[in-house]
Amino acid sequence: MTRSTSILFDSPVAKIRALKALIWLGACLPLLRLLILGFTDNLGANPVEFIERSTGTWALVFLLFSLSITPLRHWTQQSWLIAVRRLLGLWMFAYACVHVLTYLWLDYSFDWADILKDVIKHPYVLVGASAFLLTVPLAATSNQRAIRVLKQRWKTLHQLVYVIGVLALLHYWWLVKKDVTEPVIYSVVFAGLIAARWRQGLNHRR
Amino acid sequence: TASLDAKKTAYGQEEKLTSYEDVTSYNNYYEFGTGKEDPAREAVLFKPAPWTIKIEGAIKQPKTISIEQLLKLVPLEERIYRMRCVEGWSMVIPWIGLPLKALIDWAQPTGNAKYIEFVSYNDPRQMPGARMSVLDWPYVEGLRMDEAMQPLAILAVGLYGKVLPNQNGAPVRLVVPWKYGFKGAKAISTIRFVEKMPTTTWVKAGPREYGFYANVNPQVDHPRWTQSSEKRIGAGLFAGRIKTRMFNGYDEVGQLYAGMDLKKNF
Repeated sequence: MTRSTSILFDSPVAKIRALKALIWLGACLPLLRLLILGFTDNLGANPVEFIERSTGTWALVFLLFSLSITPLRHWTQQSWLIAVRRLLGLWMFAYACVHVLTYLWLDYSFDWADILKDVIKHPYVLVGASAFLLTVPLAATSNQRAIRVLKQRWKTLHQLVYVIGVLALLHYWWLVKKDVTEPVIYSVVFAGLIAARWRQGLNHRR
Repeated sequence: TASLDAKKTAYGQEEKLTSYEDVTSYNNYYEFGTGKEDPAREAVLFKPAPWTIKIEGAIKQPKTISIEQLLKLVPLEERIYRMRCVEGWSMVIPWIGLPLKALIDWAQPTGNAKYIEFVSYNDPRQMPGARMSVLDWPYVEGLRMDEAMQPLAILAVGLYGKVLPNQNGAPVRLVVPWKYGFKGAKAISTIRFVEKMPTTTWVKAGPREYGFYANVNPQVDHPRWTQSSEKRIGAGLFAGRIKTRMFNGYDEVGQLYAGMDLKKNF
């Protein structure tokens, strides 16, 4: 079967629509959970830390989801999967925004002098802030127009996602005091996704 | 939990107490896991009785003291203290306990006792966190003798008019309110008088990050956390931060460190 007929039969448009709906639903749940826990006073003794941890973790999870699309496409031969990558990336940005806003507002009450000191003095905050700043141009250029205008440069620009991944993981490693189990898990997944891309890249060239 | 009587004192009367719920559900007690919620859940089966503390080292004669004897050593007092964690949060806790000095006087250390070392109980069967090698067990803390004799330093055996909950260090823990919380060794099983400064657990784990003295000091930043301000637990989502005070506001301890470079001796 040629590629064009397979696309016709499987109706990728319907699949894309269904998967996008699923992603929206799944991505809203953690936010909804935070809101419910917040309004029922169930965020624990340190609610700000709870929100920071949760939104930071979800930003990282969506980053890993978006990185998994390309290898997944290759393995499953389902090229339509690419259509949901942008959505996953934007949800990473959304969680990163809530994460940063929680830090600026709920943690530091927009006390810019204290915030600046915290960012400059503490490597884990600095790398976290850098990771966030790098996501801004990616979110800003995540539309068809930017792709058309930037052409080859768009691809280069969006390779920043790897740098963001490394910085985000470093941010996580440096913030835990002693028990690095969770950062290890996320780092292994990240490394696995990079390795998968690298292998597939090699296979391609052959 | 059984109630525990103690005479009221003037300490911390002006402070708003952190709720019992928060004090007993948000704990750093790695022997029961590294998550803040772990100790309340995992310490349920811990047995704080019967309990004796071994007292050894530079004393006239090694001794043991049971928790019952300890409770009768001097009248128990309620002390409302601020507790500042090195991670940048704080609580106000109504402890019940006795001055550490009372136990030291009873133990009769010799002139060679320059420091006092506290060893926490460690039993991997009862303490799931102690099965992981996140820290070098058992947990060891220490004070200089003059710090230990400071009237603010207490051995806590209760809080909120009740016997100390397991997750807060039952049956007996150290509370040194002008130092970061990790100085407060929990479930103390051995007290040792020594000549040399003990190598404490967190100093061993990260000598660049944690010092022996660990005095609350807004001017000396931890490599990871801001120490100039803190979050008060229970203050609410929008409460913001409060300024951290030198020695956590217990200015009377300043003389203990006269002439010392507190940036070096952090």
